[in-house]
Amino acid sequence: MSVLQRDPQDQVRVLDEDGAVVGEVPDIDDETLVEMYRNMRLARHFDTRAVSLQRQGRMGTYPPLSGQEGAQIGSAIALEEDDWMVPSYREHGAALIRGLPLKQTLLYWMGHEKGNKMPEDANILPPAVPIASQIPHATGAAWALKLQGKTDKGVLCYFGDGATSEGDFHEALNFAGVFDTPNIFFCNNNQWAISVPRERQTASETIAQKATAYGLDGIQVDGMDPLAVYSVTKAALDKAKNPDEGELRPTLIEAVQYRFGAHTTADDPTVYRDDEEVERWKAKDPIPRLETFLRETGRLDDEKIDDIESDIEATVADAIEAAESDPRPDPSEMFEYAYAEQTPEIRAQREEFEALREKVGDEGFLRE
Amino acid sequence: MSAQNLTIVQAVRDGLYTEMNLDDEVLVMGEDVGKNGGVFRATEGLWDEFGDDRVIDTPLAESGIVGTAVGMAAMGLKPVPEIQFSGFMYPGYDQIISHMSRYRTRTRGRYTLPMVLRAPYGGGIRAPESHSESKEMFYAHEAGLKVVIPSTPYDTKGLLISAIRDPDPVIFMEPKLIYRAFRGEVPEEDYTVPIGEAAVRREGTDVSVFTYGAMTRPTLEAVENLEEEGIDAEVVDIRTISPMDRETVVESFKKTGRAVVVHEAPKNGGLGAEITATIQEEALLYQEAPVKRVAGYDVPYPLYALEDYYLPSVARVEEGIREAVNF
Ligand SMILES: Cc1ncc(C[n+]2csc(CCOP(=O)(O)OP(=O)(O)O)c2C)c(N)n1
Repeated sequence: MSVLQRDPQDQVRVLDEDGAVVGEVPDIDDETLVEMYRNMRLARHFDTRAVSLQRQGRMGTYPPLSGQEGAQIGSAIALEEDDWMVPSYREHGAALIRGLPLKQTLLYWMGHEKGNKMPEDANILPPAVPIASQIPHATGAAWALKLQGKTDKGVLCYFGDGATSEGDFHEALNFAGVFDTPNIFFCNNNQWAISVPRERQTASETIAQKATAYGLDGIQVDGMDPLAVYSVTKAALDKAKNPDEGELRPTLIEAVQYRFGAHTTADDPTVYRDDEEVERWKAKDPIPRLETFLRETGRLDDEKIDDIESDIEATVADAIEAAESDPRPDPSEMFEYAYAEQTPEIRAQREEFEALREKVGDEGFLRE
Repeated sequence: MSAQNLTIVQAVRDGLYTEMNLDDEVLVMGEDVGKNGGVFRATEGLWDEFGDDRVIDTPLAESGIVGTAVGMAAMGLKPVPEIQFSGFMYPGYDQIISHMSRYRTRTRGRYTLPMVLRAPYGGGIRAPESHSESKEMFYAHEAGLKVVIPSTPYDTKGLLISAIRDPDPVIFMEPKLIYRAFRGEVPEEDYTVPIGEAAVRREGTDVSVFTYGAMTRPTLEAVENLEEEGIDAEVVDIRTISPMDRETVVESFKKTGRAVVVHEAPKNGGLGAEITATIQEEALLYQEAPVKRVAGYDVPYPLYALEDYYLPSVARVEEGIREAVNF
């Protein structure tokens, strides 16, 4: 029986908090397992560095992900190369797996438009800041694949628990059910939407159960257990591409987890949540959990971990160096992309802008 | 009256606090407005003071926030919903345009909506994508709404209290660039600043510069700089962009014969166009030079690495004024 065939309340788990096996270990080769671990460590290290760059004034507001590595990496690794990913604004780790270089992610949060340009060969849509607004895009993208006869591809869409309150979430799931599109809706339920707890978003017992209203499968998974996340995502993806007779393609996954840090670097969580809660969740940290499992099954040892550690440090340092030494964007770029062909107005405004810049210099624009 | 020295965001809080104390029917609702006190701290301490039923953390749903406020207002409450950033008003836009603006008309006066929809707006704070737009004209274009944009702490409190007491729905847009940029005297008591009246911030005879919100400061700075060049400019802070105080605009223009409009909203269809048309309609024969618009460009608001180039700067305003004067 598929892992998806269970009650929405029955949370899928593979590893317990100490990394001991309590469920069915998914069929993943050793290399991928170690890769999963490496990427989770990479995402964590990237995150730590990004927060510190913001603190040093080298980057703007940034949304941290620490605590969510299991959900991000575990799910993204389950995708095949041809599948698509539709992120919110916090999926730096998952985006990396999909082929978005860390440098791009840094540039984006450093306020450079260039960071929004996804590599041609990466099947990923740009980050979406307005909450839940990307979920209908994911339905549309999956619908397009189906209409184009490409049912060997699926679309994985990420959003938070807060997003499930928006109309867009409900409209997207409803369409997905009606048009039977190959979607995986992946809710990162990190318990908080800035200061508002999950109980203030919905009176339903789980988020997973909302799927029922749209005729979809809904499943809850321990979002800090990367193997469990991998399992359910893989199963949902298989079903999206090859549903059984009478089975609908789309699935809603609720990955129960916690974001250790602030909502963004502009936020102060001490105003609304207690340390005790944070500590309780830190005990479920996905990284040591997977590490224990990999060590105990002989896939990882001190030496390999040292290698991984120095490798990820160098990778992140290089990305930061590359982002910071990237040439500053040319201000005229502003006018470049609003239309395929510049309208007469925009051409005139661009000329006026360039003439003025010539005259007053950059000092005439830059504020302190 | 005893006065305090407050920033604009503190004046918002003070206005809400003052009016909530005076009128039990006033309540505040929105995302993170309760325990967190708002992401900009505009509702700080109100939850402790007035409790869960008057300072309400809602689910993350702008259509729900605006729509339920419409229902509350129809029943006689005075909700003051907050939209966290004006860039996130669009999920609630349907409710704003389809209902909030039209209730009185549709019901032939049987129902009205005494509600105030507040939102920080505008750029210049190095915020992420979708956090810096200046889309006030979406609402100014909609009959049945009043659209207020303060630029000083004193006006903020006085206009907000007027808005809450107004029987009609008001969109209250707060220029977040100057939320904390400076302080000003704000009386502790309740007082009002009338909606629909512009303020002449500086008198002058050579040219009228019309502006509002966060652009008032660079405009005043530019005008000061131009004094040395012998240009004596008048600065009019529009304050209520709908209904706009046409009388003050026309009066000022008749005095100077030249006009510059400064706003960060895109030029196309911005308030500058409305001011220019008003001048054409009502003071054509006084006109000495084309009206100059110094505005945001007609491109999507850039990520913050380039936002300084997008927003009207002091130098840009100066150039605009010189052009109008030297025509
Ligand atoms: C439509 C909209 N409304 C409000 C916001 C402001 N905002 C940004 S993130 C956030 C909370 C999001 O919570 P959740 O969906 O749970 O995702 P998380 O950030 O916790 O991963 C809010 C209110 C926004 N970005 N978009």
